[in-house]
Amino acid sequence: AYKRFSELLPKEERENACSARVPKSQILTLPELRANPFRHRICRLFSTSETGDDSLSFEDFLDMLSVFSDSATSDIKSYYAFRIFDFDNDGTLDRNDLEQLVNCLTGQGEESGLSSAEMDQLIQNILEESDIDKDGTINLAEFQHVVSRSPDFASSFKIVL
Amino acid sequence: RASQQAETERLSRWKKWKRTSSKSLKKALSEVKGLSSYLVLWRHDIHSIEGKFGTGIQSYFSFLRFLVLLNFIIFILMFSFVTLPTIISKYGLFNSTIAYISPKNTDDICAIYEPTGNKGLVYFYTYLKDLLSGTGFLEVTSLFYGYYSIDAVWISIMRYNLPLAYLLATFAYLALSFLWIIKRSVEGFKHNLVHDADPFQSYCNKVFAGWDFCITDPNAARLKHRSLQYELQMDLQEEKLKQKIAERKMGEKLRIYSLRIFINITVIAILSGCFYSIYRVTVFSQENSNVSIRNDTRTDMVNLLVQYLPSMVITLANFIGPLIFGFLIKFEDYTPAFEIKLTLLRCVFVRLASIGVLLFSLWSQISGCGSDKCKPCGYNYKLYPCWESDVGQEMYKLMIFDFIVILAVALFADFPRKLLVTHCSCKLVQCFGHKEFEISDNVLEIIYGQTICWIGTFFSPLLPAIATIKYFIIFYVKKIVLIHTRKPAARPIRASSSNFFFLVVLLIGLLLAFIPLGVSIARIPSSKACGPFRNFNTSWEVIPDTILQFPTGVQQFLFGIASEAFAVPFFVILCIIMFYVIALARAHKRVVEQLREQLVLDSRDKMFLIRKITEAQK
Repeated sequence: AYKRFSELLPKEERENACSARVPKSQILTLPELRANPFRHRICRLFSTSETGDDSLSFEDFLDMLSVFSDSATSDIKSYYAFRIFDFDNDGTLDRNDLEQLVNCLTGQGEESGLSSAEMDQLIQNILEESDIDKDGTINLAEFQHVVSRSPDFASSFKIVL
Repeated sequence: RASQQAETERLSRWKKWKRTSSKSLKKALSEVKGLSSYLVLWRHDIHSIEGKFGTGIQSYFSFLRFLVLLNFIIFILMFSFVTLPTIISKYGLFNSTIAYISPKNTDDICAIYEPTGNKGLVYFYTYLKDLLSGTGFLEVTSLFYGYYSIDAVWISIMRYNLPLAYLLATFAYLALSFLWIIKRSVEGFKHNLVHDADPFQSYCNKVFAGWDFCITDPNAARLKHRSLQYELQMDLQEEKLKQKIAERKMGEKLRIYSLRIFINITVIAILSGCFYSIYRVTVFSQENSNVSIRNDTRTDMVNLLVQYLPSMVITLANFIGPLIFGFLIKFEDYTPAFEIKLTLLRCVFVRLASIGVLLFSLWSQISGCGSDKCKPCGYNYKLYPCWESDVGQEMYKLMIFDFIVILAVALFADFPRKLLVTHCSCKLVQCFGHKEFEISDNVLEIIYGQTICWIGTFFSPLLPAIATIKYFIIFYVKKIVLIHTRKPAARPIRASSSNFFFLVVLLIGLLLAFIPLGVSIARIPSSKACGPFRNFNTSWEVIPDTILQFPTGVQQFLFGIASEAFAVPFFVILCIIMFYVIALARAHKRVVEQLREQLVLDSRDKMFLIRKITEAQK
């Protein structure tokens, strides 16, 4: 993992890679993240930089890898998945978050993406299935409950270097 | 990580060593796993196909790989237990002698069988003709049943009972195929059960766990986007359709049900038409090819065509059937998922039943005793002195023709189509468009070939080797066709459910193969002129014969197991166990529903309490 991280740095900073920060544009060239629709959210989430430029240090990089690895428990994975899907960072998944999530999944482009009627029906179904207290949003507990019953989550929420 | 580091410092030396050693062991194991995955056949090819075309098509290719391995192992089984002893003894290796079967009456007319072989100077094309139709020089090789005319082989001092080995090897390969398919389908079945049991969670599962974070290729990512979009749209459409169906009025329901009954009757009529034509053609082909052997009046080309007539008719039926079914099902107004399943079911039925009809017509010929022709021997000995070889030849012809058709379609239909579409820009041609890779049709094709192989191996022990080579070549042909001519399907299929479906259809083919084999082994008298079962009435009789040679204790035990006094209580106990397990599953489902309702009630209580608190605070 250290090798991959240091490859992202420009040549002069390679020796003190432990303390350097890699800018976001470089991170996004990693093949594992290149095709991922959530890459911006992932960088934002794991970045601990004070300037808010979403750069990752080596510690942040390792954090990210450990969350996506096989040995992370499903609690950790679902917690981080919740934070990745929470686009407006308000602690719950409301209709806007869900709409953005579905658009990320179906891809950008004119012919992809669902029509607004289909989107409404889909979000209605999702909320019906997962919103237990019927408040119109999904909080962390409800999300973890739904994800624990989903058979595909553990195998799909995984990045292997 | 920081917490783990802090913890490590606190541990004693022994525990530290244990932890580091377990870590290095895990690393070593994962490296070994990585290395051993290189040994899997075609791993890299299938991986690249998956990346470019999705998991649905990849499941087809891994299914093909499974069949190659299965056929190879069946071939090894039959070869080592049946062909190898025969060859060893015929060439006198390893100090072995043969005991040939001595016919009971030396002047028995049933025992006259002289395969012509090719004696003297023959034209080269005779070899080609023999290769294609399994007669002539091929008939006397170990490819067909007639070669194995040995009763026992003495290797040094051991007596190797060949007829028993032949029969047991047949049962062994059937059992092996059965167990292997069931083992592979168990994983898919569990997944299916979990998926179907929670239909209420399907949307959340697709949205929250839908994106596979392992995808690294932008093309694959595009494919995944499209497949997710398609799946979500399909689910939403099905839901709307279900609502519409639930709201149907009585008059409409009557109309639709009567239409469905009418269409089903039409389908059955078409199927019976197909089967009757297959029957007539087989009878015609058998009569005419036999006559020409004796009279030599037809030219060889026409003779070959006549011999291949049943295969051609079957292929034609298999081609037209799905087209008609696809057309008719639009009128029946089912949900899209059910439409796909029903059409597939009908196509499967056509393919597998046509083999059954072919065999049935062959048997009616063999045991067709119109004018006392089979009194002495029990079968039509004049036309079929060695009927097992004839059945083997039919299976061989079916297999070769299937192979030729697949190659021809790839060469003459797909490549020209692609050339036409890319270079000619007129509207009519563009309408055809690029053809999509129809997974279900291709899968049915190879299952059809595999069923032929299973039935034919009893009559022609080297057939699995031909099947292995055939599937090996088909893999590369299909891969090349896929890469060069197909565009990725706009309707991606989910891999797990399709895997399970392929294996279920393969299992149906295997069970269907049991029936003809059972009938040939147990009911039809084995030919007296050739083969290892000459001294027995039917092929099955070897086993009772051998049992009678065991000591009396074992004999009584075996007879006891096969008697009714044991079988009926055994069956009853099995039924009781099955009912118990079903009841357990139902009880669990009820518990799950109750717990879910309780969750809803709990959250409502929470909301109520929170409201009470906010009111009390005011």
